[in-house]
Amino acid sequence: MTEVFLSLAIGVLYAAGLYLMMCRNIAKFIIGLGLIGHGANLLIFTAAGLSTQRAPIVPPGVTIPVVPIVDPLPQALILTAIVIGFGLMAFVLALFLSAHEVEGTDDLEKMRSTDQ
Amino acid sequence: MNLLLPAPLLIPLLCAILSLLGRRAVGVQRFLAVSGCCLNLVVSACLLYVVDNEGIQVMQAGSWPAPFGISLVVDRLSAIMLTLSGLMGATVAVFSLAAMDQSRQEFGFYFFYHTLLMGVNGSFLTGDLFNLYVWFEVMLMSSFALMSLGSERAQLEGGIKYVALNVLSTAFFLAALGVLYGMTGTLNMAHLATIVRSAGEQGMLTTVSLLFMVAFGIKSAAFPLFFWLPASYHTPPTPVSAIFAGLLTKVGVYALIRLFTLVFVQDAEFTHRILLVASGLTMLTGVLGAAAQMEMRRILSFHIVSQVGYMIMGLGLFTPLALAGSVFYIIHHVIVKTNLFLVAGVIAFRTGTNELKALGGFVRAMPWLALLFLIPAMSLAGLPPLSGFFAKLMLIVASFRESSWVIAVTALAVGFLTLYSMTKIWNEVFWKPMPAAIDEAIAQRLWTIRERVCLFGPVMALAACTVLIGFCVEPVFALSERTAGQLLDPDEYIRAVLTGSVRP
Repeated sequence: MTEVFLSLAIGVLYAAGLYLMMCRNIAKFIIGLGLIGHGANLLIFTAAGLSTQRAPIVPPGVTIPVVPIVDPLPQALILTAIVIGFGLMAFVLALFLSAHEVEGTDDLEKMRSTDQ
Repeated sequence: MNLLLPAPLLIPLLCAILSLLGRRAVGVQRFLAVSGCCLNLVVSACLLYVVDNEGIQVMQAGSWPAPFGISLVVDRLSAIMLTLSGLMGATVAVFSLAAMDQSRQEFGFYFFYHTLLMGVNGSFLTGDLFNLYVWFEVMLMSSFALMSLGSERAQLEGGIKYVALNVLSTAFFLAALGVLYGMTGTLNMAHLATIVRSAGEQGMLTTVSLLFMVAFGIKSAAFPLFFWLPASYHTPPTPVSAIFAGLLTKVGVYALIRLFTLVFVQDAEFTHRILLVASGLTMLTGVLGAAAQMEMRRILSFHIVSQVGYMIMGLGLFTPLALAGSVFYIIHHVIVKTNLFLVAGVIAFRTGTNELKALGGFVRAMPWLALLFLIPAMSLAGLPPLSGFFAKLMLIVASFRESSWVIAVTALAVGFLTLYSMTKIWNEVFWKPMPAAIDEAIAQRLWTIRERVCLFGPVMALAACTVLIGFCVEPVFALSERTAGQLLDPDEYIRAVLTGSVRP
């Protein structure tokens, strides 16, 4: 059941993100990028399989964990992706800020000088 | 031997750290840039020699056995890419000593340059899909910084377009990774290859492979997702454009070749057909876009797009000769394209502009530069006996053998249109009489010896490579064939990573 809810949440995040990315306003575009990033993280979490098994911690006195345990790798992947996404977001916002100062606009349609 | 393997990562990392520590001493950074990049080139060339003679080299990071830890793997394709990245790194580093302005050099240009090379080399070295994502991010972050370093208006505008689409492509890549991990439970590419070959759910695998195709298609600027490239590559200073043009899209092409020869071959009829169609459209749109441009670097940027089409064409045909053609094309293209951007950089350094209308008369003012432009330009258009001719020949012969007439005719036509663009640059920049403003600009500034060496040295070195490949085509052709053979028979790769032995 949780899978269904999470899948819906992922769908909503992607849809909202893509919708915002199609706006002309750069600030909305950046929020859209962020939403899609979160959607991808949640997707990894869900696609790798949800379970209510034991945490993958080796109990004292033995050398291997007692099965069944939860696969810890997806969470490590997501953690890495979140950190990278945070760095990216910080850079994109800084870039937006300086572009806004130089251009005086946040409208993508008006930033056409490099296209022609 | 195992020390050689991580060296292409460690050398740029060390140089980056030292550049950051000595950030007030630009002289130290300049020394580090040139010496570090040259060392990197030497190490990568040694690696290529070792891999070609002794087979695939593998290192398990932290000695974790294969599917659990991160493997660094170098096969022939990786080694060729590493050597190319080393060569471009070294030549552009020398070029930027003179062509990069002082304020950017003081503001961390060399630091980002090293981290960019580290990201590129990491992508070529890794045998793990998630690790590939991380290296992509390292490379992208550095390229974002290099793209917008200096904060000129055009740079910021181009930067936003560049950043937006590339961040989107990494989000797709990440989502595809997640789904693939959910289906197979592994991220090690060799392990993935074995699982995919024995898996039952082929339909879902093909869907995921298309998601990867979109993600890497954006990265390699393939049709229809290439718009970020011509909108941004002409905005940063020339050394930055040159290293981007040489290496970044090729990382996307490398990732496509790696995944669609090693892992996703279960439905080659379908996926590789899509790649073939996309490659034809990429060639056409790129070359037609270039025909409409009137600025040197913009024309060259559009030609990157059209040339990426040729590289993917070989993958789409998926025969030994076609793949060998792709590898040969990458070798030829990286050298030639960087060279052309460097020539554009010399002209911009002398005159302050790359607009075709404002330039002229360089054949009389700088006859040597005219010759140095002609070599890569004719090679790009595919005139014998230069490297581009043989690269195109291989691909076109391969497509005739497969009876793929449409793609063969497209490739030929695009070759002619490329010649048209190159003649346009030749006529406008070199042949027509020199405008008075340019004449004065050139007369006012005299060359220093250092500028001559730093600007012309790399251009001449790369032009010499082009001519050398053209005249000694046999060894390069044989190497490309061996590479294609290794790619099409992934057993050696899988065995080397999972069991640690090259021999069966």
